[in-house]
Amino acid sequence: MTKAVEVSDMKVIVFQLMNKEYAIGLDVVESIEKSLSITRVPRMPSYVKGVLNLRGVVTPVVDLRDRFDMEPKEFDESSCIIIVSHAESEVGLIVDDANDVMDVPTSAIGPQPEVVGSVESEFISGVAKVDKRLLVMLNLEKVLQPIKKGNADEF
Amino acid sequence: MDTNQYLDMFIEESKEHLQACNEQLLALENNPDDLGIVNEIFRAAHTLKGMSATMGFEDIADLTHKMENVLDAIRNSKISVTTEILDVVFEAADDLELMVLDIEAGGDGKKDVSNLVNTLNRIEAGEPLDLAEDTVAVTTEEVPADVVTSSGVYYDEFELTVISQSSEQGFNAYEITVQLREDCLLKVARVFMTFEILEKSGEVIKTVPTVEKLENEEFDQKFTIVLLTNEDADELKAKVMKVSEIEDVRITHITDEYVQKYKQTELEQQDEQSPEVQNELNAPTVKAEKTKDTPKESAQTKKTSNSTSNKTIRVNIDRLDILMNLFEELVIDRGRLQSIASELHNPELNESVERMTRVSGDLQNIILNMRMVPVETVFNRFPKMVRQLARDLNKKINLEIIGAETELDRTVIDEIGDPLVHLIRNALDHGIESPEERIAKGKPEEGTVTLRAYHSGNHVFIELEDDGAGVNRERVVSKAIERGIVSEELASTLSDRQVAELILASGFSTATAITDVSGRGVGLDVVKNTIESLGGHISIDSKEGKGSLFQVQLPLTLSIISVMLVELDQEIYAIPLSSIIETAIIQKSDILNAHNQPVIDFRGTIVPLVDLKEIFEMKDQEVVEEDFQSIVIVRKGESLAGLVVDSFIGQQEIVLKSLGNYLQSVFAISGATILGNGQVALIVDCNALIK
Repeated sequence: MTKAVEVSDMKVIVFQLMNKEYAIGLDVVESIEKSLSITRVPRMPSYVKGVLNLRGVVTPVVDLRDRFDMEPKEFDESSCIIIVSHAESEVGLIVDDANDVMDVPTSAIGPQPEVVGSVESEFISGVAKVDKRLLVMLNLEKVLQPIKKGNADEF
Repeated sequence: MDTNQYLDMFIEESKEHLQACNEQLLALENNPDDLGIVNEIFRAAHTLKGMSATMGFEDIADLTHKMENVLDAIRNSKISVTTEILDVVFEAADDLELMVLDIEAGGDGKKDVSNLVNTLNRIEAGEPLDLAEDTVAVTTEEVPADVVTSSGVYYDEFELTVISQSSEQGFNAYEITVQLREDCLLKVARVFMTFEILEKSGEVIKTVPTVEKLENEEFDQKFTIVLLTNEDADELKAKVMKVSEIEDVRITHITDEYVQKYKQTELEQQDEQSPEVQNELNAPTVKAEKTKDTPKESAQTKKTSNSTSNKTIRVNIDRLDILMNLFEELVIDRGRLQSIASELHNPELNESVERMTRVSGDLQNIILNMRMVPVETVFNRFPKMVRQLARDLNKKINLEIIGAETELDRTVIDEIGDPLVHLIRNALDHGIESPEERIAKGKPEEGTVTLRAYHSGNHVFIELEDDGAGVNRERVVSKAIERGIVSEELASTLSDRQVAELILASGFSTATAITDVSGRGVGLDVVKNTIESLGGHISIDSKEGKGSLFQVQLPLTLSIISVMLVELDQEIYAIPLSSIIETAIIQKSDILNAHNQPVIDFRGTIVPLVDLKEIFEMKDQEVVEEDFQSIVIVRKGESLAGLVVDSFIGQQEIVLKSLGNYLQSVFAISGATILGNGQVALIVDCNALIK
């Protein structure tokens, strides 16, 4: 879809976390949801908020703030859940705000600078500079590494 | 010829025929003198040959052809059945299966079978006495292939006579093969138009396929008409080509020579095909009838398959899956309706919701039944496997299969094959002793392995019993200790059954030598995991020296299950009814402490209590001192546990949903479901909670 428009352009969805702008490719985004009721899943890392019913599909939800060790924030009016499809299943990402779809020329995407805020650099695939805006491109592969044997210790 | 649309059917039927071959071959091995069985195999191989040749899979056709020759020789008592011969035939059947699988996987079904073909040829020519006769047979079989393949038209005696007589009267017989365009929409109409044209020019004496089939559109893009006419071939062709949507018309003149040649090969073919015909050769009048019968016979078998196909239809499994998915949605909405109705207290609404629940319950049964497949589809490959393994291991083993007609959900069937193969291999390799050992122990030389399947309640049981050595307690225990699976102190307290179940632990393998068959220590724990992932359970009962019994318990279906909903600190969890023994409300004072483990006395047995809130890391552990405690008694195999919950909500049918790839394994949670109010509830995995 995106490639058909222009090879050198990439459509991204821009979202906010701690007043910084991040971006993920539009092609992996399925939908953006406002508040849905989340069922907690026990014995999971704290950033896994639980699962929700997304039109009949049980979808796990990850809080990106928590994933990046940022200070937690309650789900508010601007918060939303970006549903991305990854590795043949869908995962929801809780972000502070998502309001923009942009065309980013691939030439504008550069390697990540040495220090990018507090986000662990392994989660970042690059940085795009578009009209004075700095977009941090997420590396979904790393962010959504499957959670294997949680802490299946005995009791 | 466009055969793609028939490919699925071809694969499906080839498998059935191969299966029939395999089964009959096994039967033949036990009754080498039963020529009826040879006939059965011959028939299956023959059909397979025909089908594969039609579909253009030459290698399969070639191999089956050679196989047929050998079978024919057996049938005509030219060679006698020996294990060696059967081995080669089995190998041929194996190769055929591989080729069919290759085709199924999108390959071209090609395989180098020259070795096997040579061996088959050698067997066929095995007895010098029949050498001459056999070579004749082979060449004659190839000749008709030359003559007939142009159209594949089969003539009976009567038709040949008509043809030769008409040519005496100056009429020419033509075989007119009409190839319709691939995108031809009105095939029947084109056939009709062609007929009309040809019938003006002469007399149609035969069509392939038959007229009825042509009318019912039961043909591919091609059909053949045999016409007697005094018109010129080119003229005919031009006429027929005027019919639209016809790709090509091929006209072959059936000359007298052709007829003679055909008759001759026909006779020889008949001659070598069945001894009865051979006898009847001496009485030509009877023979004519007989040859006529052959095509009729095939027509008849086709007819019977037609009549059964009226009663059953083949449905793509994908469609059933879609149906199931849609029904699952319906179950979720049903749950929602039920919960709304129970809040509104409107009697009319209640009534119609109840009705709907009943109807959808029936619907659910029907859909689940549609997805049921007899375990036979898995079991039927075992006899051959056992035979092969037994030979490889130099053991004598008799496999008994009981209850192959037991039905199971297709998804379970798909998964259960490999674990069962592992179990059988294990039984053969480690269970049954070598013949010498067995005799020394005073057992019959031949070991017996029984594979049994049966329904019980909401479960299907598959049992594998062998009368072999059983589990050697000492060896198992010492191995388990060595591998760090159990501690020495613990080992001494284990019951025999518990010791037997140690062999299912991962990294356990007692075989002193690693064999091809089993013994890599990856087998049985994989079996256990697979079965448990299917919501099933495996247990072992073993008596040293007497044999072992592996019992696999499987749920009837995987997608819709009955659960008990319970509340834990405002969160709702579902516990599968299949693992619940009963629910109880007990007094706090009844809870005893045994070694820091709270237990209760449940009908005379000590049952440990599991606090689900603790397991599921519920945050606020504010202890509300209540006098009573709700408990769900669950079981895993023989052991019980009491799950402490806040309150019971009730029983409900739910649709099992996976948590997805991201959350691959959550402790003590086997999946999730969507409740009537749209909320997700997690399903408790009782197996993980009981040690």
